[in-house]
Amino acid sequence: MAAALGTTDPVDTDDAGDTLELPAPVRRDTRPSTPRARTRRRPTELTGIDLATLAGCAASAVALSWLIFARLTDGVGWFGFVVAAYLTFLVLFALVTMDRVGPLVAADRVATVIVSTGALLLMVPLLSLIAYIVSKGLPHLRPGFFFHDQRGIEPSDPSTAGGASHAILGSLEQVALALAFSVPLGLTTAVFLNETRSRFRRPIRILVDAMSGLPSIVAGLFIYAVFIIPYADSVKVLGWEVFGYNGLMASLALALVMVPTITRTFEVVLRLVPDGLREASLALGASRARTVWSVVLPTARSGATTAIVLGIARAVGETAPLLFTAFGASLVNSNPVDEPQESLPLFVYRNIREADANVRERGFIGATVLLLIVLSLFALARFIGRDRTRKRSRRRRARAPHIDARPAEESYA
Amino acid sequence: MGTSPASLRARTPREVADEPTRIDRLFGYLTSAAGATVLVLMVLVGLFLLLRAQDAFTAMGHRFFTTVEWRPDAETPSFGVRGLITGTLLVGLIAFTIAVPVGTCAGLFITEFASPRWRSLLTSLVDLLAAIPSLLYGLWGLVFLQDKIAPLSSWLARHLDWFPLFRVNDEPDYVGTMFIAGMVVSLMVIPIVAAITREVFSQTPQGEKEAALALGGTRWGMVRRVVIPYGRGGIIGASMLGLGRALGETIAVSLLLPQVPEETIRVLQHGGATVSGFIVQRAGGSGINVSGLMGAGLVLFVMTLTTNLVASLVIARSRSGVGVEV
Repeated sequence: MAAALGTTDPVDTDDAGDTLELPAPVRRDTRPSTPRARTRRRPTELTGIDLATLAGCAASAVALSWLIFARLTDGVGWFGFVVAAYLTFLVLFALVTMDRVGPLVAADRVATVIVSTGALLLMVPLLSLIAYIVSKGLPHLRPGFFFHDQRGIEPSDPSTAGGASHAILGSLEQVALALAFSVPLGLTTAVFLNETRSRFRRPIRILVDAMSGLPSIVAGLFIYAVFIIPYADSVKVLGWEVFGYNGLMASLALALVMVPTITRTFEVVLRLVPDGLREASLALGASRARTVWSVVLPTARSGATTAIVLGIARAVGETAPLLFTAFGASLVNSNPVDEPQESLPLFVYRNIREADANVRERGFIGATVLLLIVLSLFALARFIGRDRTRKRSRRRRARAPHIDARPAEESYA
Repeated sequence: MGTSPASLRARTPREVADEPTRIDRLFGYLTSAAGATVLVLMVLVGLFLLLRAQDAFTAMGHRFFTTVEWRPDAETPSFGVRGLITGTLLVGLIAFTIAVPVGTCAGLFITEFASPRWRSLLTSLVDLLAAIPSLLYGLWGLVFLQDKIAPLSSWLARHLDWFPLFRVNDEPDYVGTMFIAGMVVSLMVIPIVAAITREVFSQTPQGEKEAALALGGTRWGMVRRVVIPYGRGGIIGASMLGLGRALGETIAVSLLLPQVPEETIRVLQHGGATVSGFIVQRAGGSGINVSGLMGAGLVLFVMTLTTNLVASLVIARSRSGVGVEV
């Protein structure tokens, strides 16, 4: 088929695809016998014939899997089709390259294709997710969504009526409270891990790693078990059920989820602070505490902000622990220490499970807002952390020409 | 601070002592307290779950671990986590099988194949993927991905039913399956695996890589002989950490699975429950119900903590072997 463009004989691809028998004998006649002098060659270069091979294999893979799945059997849906076509493509590509340039290079090419697919598989679901959720929610998003709660809203009302101000307010209060608990603990733990000489740093670091994998539902269950079960009805402060279902309990659970994120991010940044700065400070006679306070922490300030923002991003989307702590409500409750409170993820979770189309649509609006919040928090974290990364990449680029320069020297020597 | 004139006059070298000042000591206590708090919190989580699960354990005894059904409200309460554990493991394993190769490939691509611009872009993309809430993945899987995968499931069930995992009952429903749940969970595991493998691969000594290339190896030859052997510990650790995350994944799974405990390996048909998803769906109960959930939570806690601890140990060891800690 399309391989007719190349120098291999055109029947090869078809043969390979249809019978899948022994690979064709290795042929090396396509290689130039002696390298022509002074033409610069890069081993990673894609030549025209490489592109033609790729395109040809892709086309025949699509055709072949269409034949097998859509004609000969009764269809696998387009997701299955993509998977099947990809696998066929790999086989065809391996056979064609093997025939053209030999097994060694073929292995390299095929591995490159597979590894690149891995990177592609990072991007495709993310873009699809963002596009799908935003396209479902954004058309129905009205300013009122931020200013009204669900007062007097029936399930049959259109999704543009009412809003989620109660959920947004709840999320804000819970995350703010959670920050108050988790930031001091998280940052100090990071300092402990990186700036002290304690013997327990290693076990604690491993524990923090393990804690970051703690299922968030367990954090919710923990707060539920410690406070809500024993004290919900019995303890009242100023007439509030401080240990009942409320925002405070939710923020405690969220804090438990945030601490490892903050600690790990901040610890990585602390490690990037040059040791020379610390040594200079200590050599000037400053105490350890003074060094951390006046040298290390100011240097890592942007890192601390990044850590906190990433912690917020982690907490703002947590749903599971809230079901056991904040519980959820449909009206505004601005008091975080009394009565159940809504939050944005809870709002989405509850609405999306309903059968009614309008209610589900409301869930999608909430999901869009949540997604936009997370995306902008993430962008903010990148923006704050940008200086450091830019400096690093510039240094890397400065090193790169040096590596490139070597072959040039060799050539004129 | 400040040397005494007496010692100067005597010309004996001043004794150098690393005696912490009061502020230093305070600093030490404060930071150690933070570290200890993390430790205490983790211990307390386990203890309190155990405490609240007492009722369930006394009611069921060891049958708590061997009972599939969940009927705590029946006249003779009968409930256990066996059906939940099999579901959790199945979903975790499906996610694991998808996420480990894809995540490792992504990590390799970022360190060895991408140009510097792509490298930084993909690195932040991995972080972004990890920052997207589980709820949104679940939502997307529920309303978008599910319908796309169902025909594939049905094809697998019809044509490859000699494979035990792909068998189905008569007239099955191909939505709400552990296969789909595993796929969605794998999306949340991929960034973890990719991030850790990327970090480990990027620590491969540059000299050895260049040596492999200078000996005439192709790029893949270099990756296979130098980078991958060097990062093996990291790959194993990352996989286990990913498995731990997959076992604990909650909200997405609770949206995608019917959460009815049963013991089955038929992953392509409607059905299945996981520990975490089940707990979420039973939120707001009372009495023995809650106690049972606490027991299930304890099982989940122990499962994920063990996996994660082993994973962290493996990763830490592979890092310390590097010698240069960045």
